[in-house]
Amino acid sequence: MSEVTFHHHVPGEENVKRIKKTFWLLSFITIIELGMGFSIYFIHKNPDYSHAFVLAIKGAIVILSLAKAFYIVSIFMHLGDEIRNMIMTIAVPLMLFIWFIAAFLWDGSSYKNLRNKYDKHFQERTTEKKDTSGH
Amino acid sequence: MSSTTTAQETKWWNGGRSPFNVEYGKLMMWYFLMSDAFTFGAFLISYGTIRFSQNFWPDPNVVFNAFPGTGHINLPLAFVSVMTFILIASSVTMVLAVHEGHRSNRRGVIKWMLWTILGGIAFLLCQAWEWHHLITGENAVLADGNKIELIGQTMGGNPWGKLVEGSVVTDALKNSSTQTLASIVHEHHTDLSLDELMKKPKDELIGMINIAEMHIREKGPIAFGGYFYGITGFHGFHVFSGVIINIIMLTMTVKGVFDRKGHYLMIEKAGLYWHFVDLVWVFVFLCFYLI
Repeated sequence: MSEVTFHHHVPGEENVKRIKKTFWLLSFITIIELGMGFSIYFIHKNPDYSHAFVLAIKGAIVILSLAKAFYIVSIFMHLGDEIRNMIMTIAVPLMLFIWFIAAFLWDGSSYKNLRNKYDKHFQERTTEKKDTSGH
Repeated sequence: MSSTTTAQETKWWNGGRSPFNVEYGKLMMWYFLMSDAFTFGAFLISYGTIRFSQNFWPDPNVVFNAFPGTGHINLPLAFVSVMTFILIASSVTMVLAVHEGHRSNRRGVIKWMLWTILGGIAFLLCQAWEWHHLITGENAVLADGNKIELIGQTMGGNPWGKLVEGSVVTDALKNSSTQTLASIVHEHHTDLSLDELMKKPKDELIGMINIAEMHIREKGPIAFGGYFYGITGFHGFHVFSGVIINIIMLTMTVKGVFDRKGHYLMIEKAGLYWHFVDLVWVFVFLCFYLI
């Protein structure tokens, strides 16, 4: 019994073209990400910067990173070329991450809130003061 | 295209064939990588939990601002972008090696495997420089609330806390040791040797320091160093083992092992592992350097 019934890779120029296209796409996304990460540096220089805006930039960077991950797995690792049943045995268990990330970040932030509420010394010691010296 | 049409009509679960249409070893590599993803995921999520529990966390642009050979020039994220592009490029050369493997082109596989190995080694060297720079760096921090000390980033502490300004700095300078003051002055007055500076009185040394440009910080959250070295180190270990695997694959290719077997599936499996290393870097890069 053979394990591979049929081959689905196109071993021609078409494949190389697709690889190169993906490479440029990944590089492009990375440059955008770097630009956005770097922009936070300048936003932080303004003492009254908007936390919501920085959070939005960070959220956009996370989404771009997920796009990069998708292209690496789907094109470079050829998972997109496998049959659906096989893809699902990989993709479905990874759904656990949705709970994993949400639950633990929530836990960390709850710990912070409780500490700030009951340990004022901790809050004063670690919170960044809004700049008053006019620097 | 006739093979694709028959494939759609194939009843995968009737027995007599592999329902996943994948070679056993390759399937197991996929499941190993999935479990490894959970290992890395757990590390990064734990880092996230600690980070979310803190009121202050260092800005990566402040931490990662050095570039080899440029001294103290402030270049946020410059070096890590080089590292990222090295890894993306070596991922492309790997997928090209796999591609040549499909065509059973031995010379092509050898060429692209060599480039991949080179990329992996380059990345490891970059990481070695980065770690060395962070550990041995001399950054002025406010210690015990009343004096300046020069420290690097280690598991036990790091200099990336909140900025300190005003009278606290001037008072702290007075309490600092001559050694520390001389080192701070030496950074900007390289014409004077450290020994010469050590002989000067403290007041004169303090007078030579440009306080406005000092950027003195408190010590940062202790967990920062441990998570950084732990997770980038675990990733670096994967890169290292990937390079070893690739070297073994290259030797086997050169010896003609895969030509005798009739297929280059081993290159494909090594390729999966190597791409996974790149995939993990996307998230390490995201969590430590970008956000």
